[in-house]
Amino acid sequence: MIFTAIMFYLFAAAAIGSGVMVVSARNPVHSVLFLILAFFNGAGLFVLMGAEFLAMILVIVYVGAVAVLFLFVVMMLDIDFAQLRSGAAKYLPVGLLVGIILLAELVFVFAGWAIAPRVAGIAAAPFPSNAAITNTRALGDLLYTRYIFAFQAAGMILLVAMIGAIVLTLRHRVGTRRQVIAEQLARQRAETVAVVKVPLGTGVAD
Amino acid sequence: MDNLWAGAGHVFWAYVWPTHILQVLFVAVPLLVAIAYYTYFERKVLAYSQLRKGPNVVGPLGLLQPFADGLKLLLKETIVPSGANRIVFVAAPMITFSLALVAWAVIPFDVGVVIANINVGILYLFAISSLSVYGIIMAGWASNSRYAFLGALRSAAQMVSYEVSIGFVLVTVLLCVGSLNLTDIVLAQRHVWFVIPLLPMAVVFFVSGLAETNRAPFDLPEGESELVAGFHVEYSAMSFGLFFLGEYGNMILMSAMTSILFLGGWLSPIPLEPFTWIPGPLWLLAKILFVMFCFLWVRATFPRFRYDQLMRLGWKVFLPLSLFWLVLTAGVLTATGWVPAHAG
Repeated sequence: MIFTAIMFYLFAAAAIGSGVMVVSARNPVHSVLFLILAFFNGAGLFVLMGAEFLAMILVIVYVGAVAVLFLFVVMMLDIDFAQLRSGAAKYLPVGLLVGIILLAELVFVFAGWAIAPRVAGIAAAPFPSNAAITNTRALGDLLYTRYIFAFQAAGMILLVAMIGAIVLTLRHRVGTRRQVIAEQLARQRAETVAVVKVPLGTGVAD
Repeated sequence: MDNLWAGAGHVFWAYVWPTHILQVLFVAVPLLVAIAYYTYFERKVLAYSQLRKGPNVVGPLGLLQPFADGLKLLLKETIVPSGANRIVFVAAPMITFSLALVAWAVIPFDVGVVIANINVGILYLFAISSLSVYGIIMAGWASNSRYAFLGALRSAAQMVSYEVSIGFVLVTVLLCVGSLNLTDIVLAQRHVWFVIPLLPMAVVFFVSGLAETNRAPFDLPEGESELVAGFHVEYSAMSFGLFFLGEYGNMILMSAMTSILFLGGWLSPIPLEPFTWIPGPLWLLAKILFVMFCFLWVRATFPRFRYDQLMRLGWKVFLPLSLFWLVLTAGVLTATGWVPAHAG
């Protein structure tokens, strides 16, 4: 138990620390790297809670794919750090407001649990406990059996958004030469090579 | 506070120290030796496929060559370029190398012979292998050099692309197993190794593994002919050495994954008397060695891909193929009622 507690405080402190560094680091690439560290500590907290599937998915999806693209974009863009800094003061009130709203919502939720314990019963996991089945299976039951239509609808929306993004940005440039491998493979010797008898002294007439 | 420290000490002595550290050493030390000798193995295989002799001077048959190379790298000076981002520059090779090692925590060598028999072992492996892109991209960016940065960008795009098809291959295997646990995956192959019913997926996995580890014919991140040495062009001495070791460690890991997912792990090829006398870990070792040899065989045989061809192969060939095979597998399993019962 005490081991778990030590690990919890370690992960939580590191998550908060790296979260602070994300917004305060001078270099945007460092910010993204700290964001990755924050994701990692989040995954560690998930493991401590016994949600190992979520932890792994967090690492695979967010760290392994999304953050790579983040890093890509931040490295490629030539960002003026000073300009970025100067804007921070302007957005500070809005940011604070969002933070306060989130905090208030959390307070309401926990206060609600404290005032009306029955509410907490609703919030409890609607699937069997960790001891009965693994959380991978519990999540699978929820997503693919009980809420399959909602899940499919979400998937369709994402697919449409993805296709939309491709359609909006795809432009076919005329005049660029593209490799068509099927065409190359379908070429026959007869259509490409001709053996010509060259008469002496006159050369080939075209 | 005293309680806490006493508790921590108790935890350390009772749970961490005696068995876990020994277990980790039992895996990590042979692994490091294997990585060192994989470089020797590679040079020998390449040499014999090109009708040369390979390293044969240091020690009998050149067997001490890896140690000579390692010693040379250790004794050289580590140079940090003046424009480099120092911390990230130093951290990148460490990340690459440690990621190549930590993945071994979940590799089972026999029933119960595994450091951490976790429920989501295969996802853990996938997560770790998808992280190895960070070592490369951080190295390329921190070097503050055009060649290194181009290599890093190529590598990031390449690894993200091939991870997609690796993911689908893993899902196909999981459908046939019904568990994410690596031991369960091996035990599900008692009757038939997955390489037989899922042969196209095994091929996709192996080729994607080549791309994921940045090996020939997909070694564009370090393509000598156009990028000098790609992402590690600015690295010297042991910081380069860690990249090198990490790459070979990843290759051995990929071979182990291929063996476990498709070649039946520690199971003997025929479950009959003379074959079952050989202990399981030896079978696994033999399979890993075979796949490792295939990595080198491919390098000795094929020329390097062009970058657009590499992307085309990943997105336009492997992705549709693996997606199709995934749906096909699911359909066949459902139609025949072979969907595995929940193992976990």
